[in-house]
Amino acid sequence: MEADGSQARMADFLRDHQDKVVGRWIELVVAASRGRTSVEEVRRELADLYSLIVRVMSEADDHAAGELRAALDELSRGRARGGFTPRETALSVFSLKEAVYELVADAAEMVPEFLRFSRLLDDLGLRTFEAYSAAREQIIADQTTAMMELSTPVVRLWDGIIAVPLVGTLDSARTQLVMEKLLETLVATGADHAVIDITGVPTVDTEVAQHLLKTVSAARLLGAECTISGIRPQVAQTIVSLGIEFGDVATKATLADALGAALRHAGLKVVTA
Amino acid sequence: MDELPIQSGDDVVRVRQLVRVIAAKNGLSLVEQTKLVTAASELARNTLVHGGGGVARVEVVTSPNGRTGVKLHFTDEGPGIPDIDLALTDGWTSGTGLGLGLSGSRRLVDEFELDSKPGAGTTVVVVKWSR
Amino acid sequence: MEQVPIVKIGQTLFVSIQVDLQDESVLRLQEDLADELAATGARGVIIDITAVEIVDSFIGRMLTMIGSISRLFDAETVIVGMRPAVAITLTELGLSLSGVRTALNAEKGLEILNGRS
Repeated sequence: MEADGSQARMADFLRDHQDKVVGRWIELVVAASRGRTSVEEVRRELADLYSLIVRVMSEADDHAAGELRAALDELSRGRARGGFTPRETALSVFSLKEAVYELVADAAEMVPEFLRFSRLLDDLGLRTFEAYSAAREQIIADQTTAMMELSTPVVRLWDGIIAVPLVGTLDSARTQLVMEKLLETLVATGADHAVIDITGVPTVDTEVAQHLLKTVSAARLLGAECTISGIRPQVAQTIVSLGIEFGDVATKATLADALGAALRHAGLKVVTA
Repeated sequence: MDELPIQSGDDVVRVRQLVRVIAAKNGLSLVEQTKLVTAASELARNTLVHGGGGVARVEVVTSPNGRTGVKLHFTDEGPGIPDIDLALTDGWTSGTGLGLGLSGSRRLVDEFELDSKPGAGTTVVVVKWSR
Repeated sequence: MEQVPIVKIGQTLFVSIQVDLQDESVLRLQEDLADELAATGARGVIIDITAVEIVDSFIGRMLTMIGSISRLFDAETVIVGMRPAVAITLTELGLSLSGVRTALNAEKGLEILNGRS
């Protein structure tokens, strides 16, 4: 705790000059965001933050610090989602320093107060950066999921036979999605045979093989048999050299071969008309 | 934070049902719910069968980047696990011939913490996050 | 403790698990099935788990054991109606339920059983 009461004095100063400081703060933030936020939105955000900051500085209550952190995190997340840069987001906090500095620049007796205030705002500004980063990571994760959804179709080849053409890498997140869609389609179509085509999967290593076997295992629990098709010659060599065993799971070179085998298994024959 | 005693087979069922309700209310997908409840079932059973009974606690948590998650605590004052690494290996079974289900439950959740000393009981804490 | 009813139709025993079973009830089911198989000489068992939301390692093992017990009586067991979420979880747990057949529904389960003879 500070012995000289400078923080409390700063809190009083901020309260006394609230309109002027907040007004200038809003101006600076709107200018920095180059027209992408409305004055009204900014006013609401900043007025809220201002009163929280004053409460924290006057150590009026225990909740203020937690509320201030939450408000800053919310502001950062909003900026991240809105496509603002990290700089613009941090400036939302740092311009308050600028606004206050303009008022106290000539007042030497306010130096210790301003220094404490400055340190507090530096800390808050850093916090917005952390919250912003975390929010951006979440957005990227969400977009990746959405993209995976689009690139994992499950198609019906024939009565009782469905196919999952995989394009791209097969990591554990993608495998979860493939399993969910494959199993849901098995239930919806009543299919008892699934062909998983991996022509579009660039590398098949031990991990990918495990994911494939997991998927086959899950499909079998729903009574469906699986064939893995699209084994390219180089992939076949890699699989053997890595010692990967597909066990009792049938594998075929092409989707066409797999379809042929599945039809035969179902007792169907294709004849010329 | 909700707390449930684990002293009987019926309690294990109650723990499953509570975890299901809380997981569903807090944004976990159906598959995520199923995995978490299954892990809860394994861990609650361990607490009952190997720990001589204990307590389950369920709480909702938030990650730094705003995601919601469900955190489960299982505590017992039982004999403890002598070799944790061994217990977490797939296929390890204790004397009764029933596996501890620990390694399995670990794969079903996002975070897994096990604290156990022979003679000092066991605590398992797991978290499952919503996407 | 719940007792799960076993219905005999022709040469097949039908079991439909409708509620969240606690361990004792599952053990009871195993015993009851063994008794029924011995008493009736049924050639097939269909266990419908369409309504089951959770299959953990204990229940999974019980299902496998029921499969083994049935085979001792020269009967085959088919587990039908497993939910996708349950299948994904079991796979993650590492349980493959080898030793029992599986099918999407009771109708397909019967096709498997009839195909045997």
